[in-house]
Amino acid sequence: MGQIVLEQVTKSFGDVTVITPLDLTIDDGEFCVFVGPSGCGKSTLLRLIAGLEDVTSGEIRIDGQGVSTIPPAKRGLAMVFQSYALYPHMTVRKNIAFPLRMAGLDRAEQNRRVEKAAEVLNLTDYLDRRPGQLSGGQRQRVAIGRAIVREPAAFLFDEPLSNLDAALRVGMRLEISELHNRLGTTMIYVTHDQVEAMTMADKIVVLRAGHIEQVGSPLELYRAPRNLFVAGFIGSPKMNLIEGAEATKHDAMTIGIRPEHISISADEGRWSGVVGVSEHLGSDTFFHVQDTGLGDTVTVRAEGDVSFKHGDRVYLTPRDDMIHRFDAKGLRIG
Amino acid sequence: MARSVTTQRKTFNTFLAWVIGLLIFFPILWTVLTSFKSEAQAIADPPVWFFFDWTLENYRVVQERSNYSRFLWNSIIIAGGSTVLGMFIAIPAAWSMAFVPSRQTKNILLWMLSTKMLPAVGVLYPIYLIFIQMGLLDTRVGLTIVLMLINLPIMVWMLYTYFKEIPGEILEAARMDGAGLRQEILYVLTPMAIPGIASTMLLNIILAWNEAFWTLNLTAARAAPLTAFIASYSSPEGLFYAKLSAASTMAIAPILILGWFSQKQLVRGLTFGAVK
Repeated sequence: MGQIVLEQVTKSFGDVTVITPLDLTIDDGEFCVFVGPSGCGKSTLLRLIAGLEDVTSGEIRIDGQGVSTIPPAKRGLAMVFQSYALYPHMTVRKNIAFPLRMAGLDRAEQNRRVEKAAEVLNLTDYLDRRPGQLSGGQRQRVAIGRAIVREPAAFLFDEPLSNLDAALRVGMRLEISELHNRLGTTMIYVTHDQVEAMTMADKIVVLRAGHIEQVGSPLELYRAPRNLFVAGFIGSPKMNLIEGAEATKHDAMTIGIRPEHISISADEGRWSGVVGVSEHLGSDTFFHVQDTGLGDTVTVRAEGDVSFKHGDRVYLTPRDDMIHRFDAKGLRIG
Repeated sequence: MARSVTTQRKTFNTFLAWVIGLLIFFPILWTVLTSFKSEAQAIADPPVWFFFDWTLENYRVVQERSNYSRFLWNSIIIAGGSTVLGMFIAIPAAWSMAFVPSRQTKNILLWMLSTKMLPAVGVLYPIYLIFIQMGLLDTRVGLTIVLMLINLPIMVWMLYTYFKEIPGEILEAARMDGAGLRQEILYVLTPMAIPGIASTMLLNIILAWNEAFWTLNLTAARAAPLTAFIASYSSPEGLFYAKLSAASTMAIAPILILGWFSQKQLVRGLTFGAVK
């Protein structure tokens, strides 16, 4: 079991409020991702749940039990740090066994669980090495191994992949998702990378300046962002946000349309503009179209084989059913 | 860009290093040499270098006149005791300053160090009187406590800089893994800090071993360490250089040998943090 409930939780460092009163429920077995720009309080929130920081006010419950005053060691949570935080003086085996040793398990049981975890994580050949002799990806696996042996109520991940190179990151992303499927344990994952959030989460919590902007499944956030911030943050490339006359036509202050919901053509369309930069990814091509009279550059996604050159005149047509409307306060209309 | 170092320059550097090394070492060398001379040769002008009648006479006289082993034992107890006692206080202090600093931590550190800037003689009378009152005068316990207190700021500072180098996330990981404060310090912090702790202890032993002001002023006979043993040969019946040298050689030999065997540790300690 691992249901985590936050009730009116706040956190201040001196006069600076980092988390404003915040309510959140993370259900048992859920993969919950905290995402937001740096400084939004997502790591602080995770550390509050972990117990590495004390809440200023409010209550945190794990499986119904209030834990706000309980030290991290007693909360039954496991954490994977951005820097891996392995014990450099211990072998991989001892690193993974450390939580078991602290829990007072006997040597045989420790070994059994360590070997099992090592097998799952492909670390069997490295058990007698020290962290300094491992690659970044292997260290990350050891950190995960150390977290899973104890069979915690929930796993906390603090930007675990940001020290890895791009290829490894994609691989580890899959491994963590797979691990979640297999273990079915609650996971809370902090990242600033919305791609990680979209691909891994059951539930995304978008944070900004210490408060929650929106909570929902990846597709809910993608399809119905509650405000301009979420609209701009979720989705890659970013949603095009258009103000002015075009927005007024839709009875809104701002309208948003994602690059993938605009079609591009050489001869006809609703808006016209000139191709600026084009990014060819193979499967897709992104055109940044200028001089559309809509304010900013408009980004458009097209098939990989569509090719317009820099300076070509093109015509754009948004899908009307995919236009998001926002009022003067930046909140979603309808 | 690689720096090109010519052979000529290397030779010069090596030569310079030897000259400086010998200059620094010279007083010790001269003391050792003098200890094997007769009193007459010891004060000979011009000085005699290596060609004199080597004799162990001074050592025999010194050993006869004073009980070397008693002084040695006092030195060992006082230097070792003050170091161990100091570590018990300095490790938790440095831990809290490095890992749970408050707004005043920097000030406290500076304030602690500032006590080392005070001339020791300034507090001689108060401490002397306290010692009389408490019956600590000329006791090993008293001297151990005083030397521990005197070197404590340096111990805390050194350990603090070591502990600072240990990433806080590793200690947080230990906490998440279920370690209490005691286990965190015992199984994670201490093993990682052992090089630092070792060199701090070593430096402290050397400082305490060589400390002369307090050991001379607060002892008479019973608790007197090797510093007093040396001093007893520099006064009242006139100067006997050869015997004084023999006593000095006997006093510094143990610490010199300890330093020799642990120089790797010591050098690492003194330059720790300078290079990454």
